[in-house]
Amino acid sequence: MPMLEIEYLNVRFSDTPVLKDVGLAVPRNASFGLVGESGSGKSTVLRTVCGLVDDWDGTISVADRKLGAKRDLAFYRTTQMVFQDPYGSLHPRHTIHRILSEPVKVHRLGDTEARVAAALAQVGLDATFRFRYPHQLSGGQRQRVAIARALILEPQLVLLDEPTSALDVSIQAEILNLLQDLQQRLGLTYVVVSHDLAIVAHMCETVAIMNRGRVVETVATGALGDTASLSPYSRQLLVASKGYDRAAVDRFVDFE
Amino acid sequence: METTGAMAETPLLDIENLRVTFRTSHGTVEAVRGIGFTLGRERLGIVGESGSGKSQTGRAILGLTAGNGEIRADRLRFHGQDLMGFGQREWRAIRGKRISMVMQDPIYSLNPVMTVGRQIVEAYTTHHRVSPREAKEKTLEMLAAVKIRDPESVFGRYPHEVSGGMGQRIMIAMMLIPDPDLIIADEPTSALDVTVQLQVLAILDDLVRERGMGLIFISHDLSLVSSFCDRILVMYKGRIMEELKASELHRAKHPYTRGLLDCLPSLDGPKAPLRVLRRDPAWEIG
Ligand SMILES: Nc1ncnc2c1ncn2[C@@H]1O[C@H](COP(=O)(O)OP(=O)(O)OP(=O)(O)O)[C@@H](O)[C@H]1O
Ligand SMILES: Nc1ncnc2c1ncn2[C@@H]1O[C@H](COP(=O)(O)OP(=O)(O)OP(=O)(O)O)[C@@H](O)[C@H]1O
Ligand SMILES: [Mg+2]
Ligand SMILES: [Mg+2]
Repeated sequence: MPMLEIEYLNVRFSDTPVLKDVGLAVPRNASFGLVGESGSGKSTVLRTVCGLVDDWDGTISVADRKLGAKRDLAFYRTTQMVFQDPYGSLHPRHTIHRILSEPVKVHRLGDTEARVAAALAQVGLDATFRFRYPHQLSGGQRQRVAIARALILEPQLVLLDEPTSALDVSIQAEILNLLQDLQQRLGLTYVVVSHDLAIVAHMCETVAIMNRGRVVETVATGALGDTASLSPYSRQLLVASKGYDRAAVDRFVDFE
Repeated sequence: METTGAMAETPLLDIENLRVTFRTSHGTVEAVRGIGFTLGRERLGIVGESGSGKSQTGRAILGLTAGNGEIRADRLRFHGQDLMGFGQREWRAIRGKRISMVMQDPIYSLNPVMTVGRQIVEAYTTHHRVSPREAKEKTLEMLAAVKIRDPESVFGRYPHEVSGGMGQRIMIAMMLIPDPDLIIADEPTSALDVTVQLQVLAILDDLVRERGMGLIFISHDLSLVSSFCDRILVMYKGRIMEELKASELHRAKHPYTRGLLDCLPSLDGPKAPLRVLRRDPAWEIG
């Protein structure tokens, strides 16, 4: 059974359909990529799984359990999300210790001190970081804290929304390596949303390509090199991700 | 007309030994430490890791260094004019009109209580005498040019009512509308998806080629810069490590530039761990 399975997911925001019959299946311990142009619905898929969207229908199953309208506390021990903007998602006036200990308290896991220390160590930060505030950290360190906060509840499924888009390439490499290392050690399952096809190809075995609320196609990342087999929309996305080419830009079309 | 990459008689920009130093409660921060370059009617890329001084270089050229900062330079000239001696009045005549800058945080630099349409109209009418109707038409044209799908509707929205990617394009429209000679674009396309990103770059590219504008393009994205720009400056801790022809980035010699290139995941690359940058203290002095 897949770790995450979505079938015929439809989402509306004030009567505007934003997701249309989205379906995907992510095997346990796999990494699954979601790409597509801005506004195509990538974040909405993750947010719906996480219970941050009210008006949806279809089926979503996580770890063989079908999700209802509301997520209970237990759900968040299985599934955690790392948000698009690490700065915005960490409370600016809370210390790192408070940011990390709060989920432990909410879930009454006990051993707060030990868990916080372990979570920091897992993402390569030493214990002195506990006393700092988010603005006293670099972008890469903040992203590590956001990952630590997701991992502290020992989830099996982690949803990563543009995990490195705010970071420069040297820190990006560190974070991507960290994520892969944690996946191997903890047996995690990832869904990775990114604008950057190279990141998705590096991290994931399979990728779903989205356009205007639909999954256009789902392919093995190894097949991205063979553009002839792809749909015209995916091919255009690949052409665009290969760098600037004035003539290619003139050939871009809007896909309905 | 100048061809791309060629140097005009007097360069648009001529900088030598530029330094930007900030005073803070923990001591001084040397954000830019003695850099020099010239710019013609071309696309110059500035790359380098976070904190290397890219934005502060751009801000210094526009006289926008924060109050706790000090600028020094042996030469800082725009069209042969010495920018170092500029007062408020001289800056007003140049900023926004002849040099403009697309800032790294678009939403933050827009006025939150004014519709985006009015802000662009204002950017235009400050420097051009036209009727309100003409100004609005020109604004709608500009919004369409930066690939905003529904210019009429976006015209009437406030900054918090547009997405991050739209905000970036609105800023670009606002900077382009006065028709400047030099544009400094600081990570102008980082929130855009790959297709829209290239469409926006094509607009800047055409302006450089057709109107002979100069462009400084600041970005983290090495492969984008190498395919888009004519020349590249690689910065590290406030200094220029290496200057390269953009098309020859992959042949970079400096170990810092090589290190950055090695960090990049690739579409067909192995899934093995990425190489991470190992910094050499000698680069700081070099
Ligand atoms: N709370 C909301 N109310 C109304 N519309 C929304 C809301 N959130 C998202 N949308 C719309 O839903 C669509 C999908 O948005 P979503 O954030 O999922 O896109 P995305 O693929 O993640 O884009 P990006 O790459 O820019 O992050 C967009 O058209 C967006 O404007
Ligand atoms: N007002 C200020 N006071 C003190 N230090 C400052 C100030 N503004 C910037 N700095 C410092 O100057 C250095 C250069 O900053 P700059 O914004 O130019 O970096 P950058 O290369 O643009 O980085 P990024 O890619 O993250 O945008 C950094 O170390 C930064 O912390
Ligand atoms: Mg998103
Ligand atoms: Mg910057």
